[in-house]
Amino acid sequence: MAAGSTYTPIATNTLGSAASTVTFSSIAGTYTDLVLISNTKFTTPSIPTGNALWLQFNGDTATNYSDTYMYGDGTSAASGRVGSTTTFFVGNSDGTNFNITKTNIFNYANTTTYKTALSRSDTPAAYAVSYVSLWRSTAAITSILIGNSTGSTFTAGSTFTLYGIASA
Amino acid sequence: MTPMLGIMASSISGSKAVTSSYESIATTTVGSGGTSTITFSSIPATFKHLQIRILARSNYAVQLQDYLKLRYNSDSGANYAVHNLLGDGTSATSFDSTSTTSNWIQRISAAGATASAFGGAVVDILDYANTNKYKTMRNLGGVDNNGSGRIYLTSGLWQSTSAITSITITPGDGTSFDQYSSFALYGIKG
Repeated sequence: MAAGSTYTPIATNTLGSAASTVTFSSIAGTYTDLVLISNTKFTTPSIPTGNALWLQFNGDTATNYSDTYMYGDGTSAASGRVGSTTTFFVGNSDGTNFNITKTNIFNYANTTTYKTALSRSDTPAAYAVSYVSLWRSTAAITSILIGNSTGSTFTAGSTFTLYGIASA
Repeated sequence: MTPMLGIMASSISGSKAVTSSYESIATTTVGSGGTSTITFSSIPATFKHLQIRILARSNYAVQLQDYLKLRYNSDSGANYAVHNLLGDGTSATSFDSTSTTSNWIQRISAAGATASAFGGAVVDILDYANTNKYKTMRNLGGVDNNGSGRIYLTSGLWQSTSAITSITITPGDGTSFDQYSSFALYGIKG
């Protein structure tokens, strides 16, 4: 019944020097879902813990992105959303620790539906966060730009790994 | 199989080897006209855990969103329970449902949602073939409609020690899943 192994590492990007953005390009449409795992820290320790990681697809800089999120900060839980923006948020990071963000991008190569992503992000010094995000485009995703809300630089050693999952 | 991939702003490292512990078992993509029930049957006991990856939309016309009902081995008894943490864009709240006849999975788009928007869910079912434990699942799921939406974390329990051999998924409030909805079952070796 099983159709074979999947969850294939497509590429890992380990920063050799600080960079404010990272790009995966020429992503083939041979998988069903993508999973992006980011382990990030900023170069400036004073970067606020709420500095958010964002994704932008295919160079689309129009206001076609939105997200809904919730988080716990050790005291209370809260929720918010951002609509009609030029990127969508998937997690948070800071300048103190290497933080984890795992983003599932569903059915990224189909040309019929808008693209939905689900993310879990852990900033140990501040937050546990979850996001659901929408890119209002039916285009297949062929490139992903990763950045952050303050334009800060990711420190050397930050890693970004892109996996592909192929369904039966 | 490995695609060409360009990377900028970094050095490149990492293996291209295909991992062997995560396997696709079966997938259903809904065709034109929709479908009322998704069934994965004859699930082999050769894995340690299961994962279901869902991108779906229902015909529920009353709200922008719907939920899913998940049953194991066709058990319709009141043997299920769930606890949820959700964010609706304004506040975070929690609710539970115990002694119910299905596990509830959150959350998918419904008929009133933004056209072409589908909700997503990743469901992990742990130690599904074990015959000494009740079965536990967890779910990360949600819908965003550019101005509305919900994000969920869910834990679920099936009070049965039976190995899971089949899984049935139906819309919670709607009567059918829309075309292009997809349900993919994977096995994770342990």
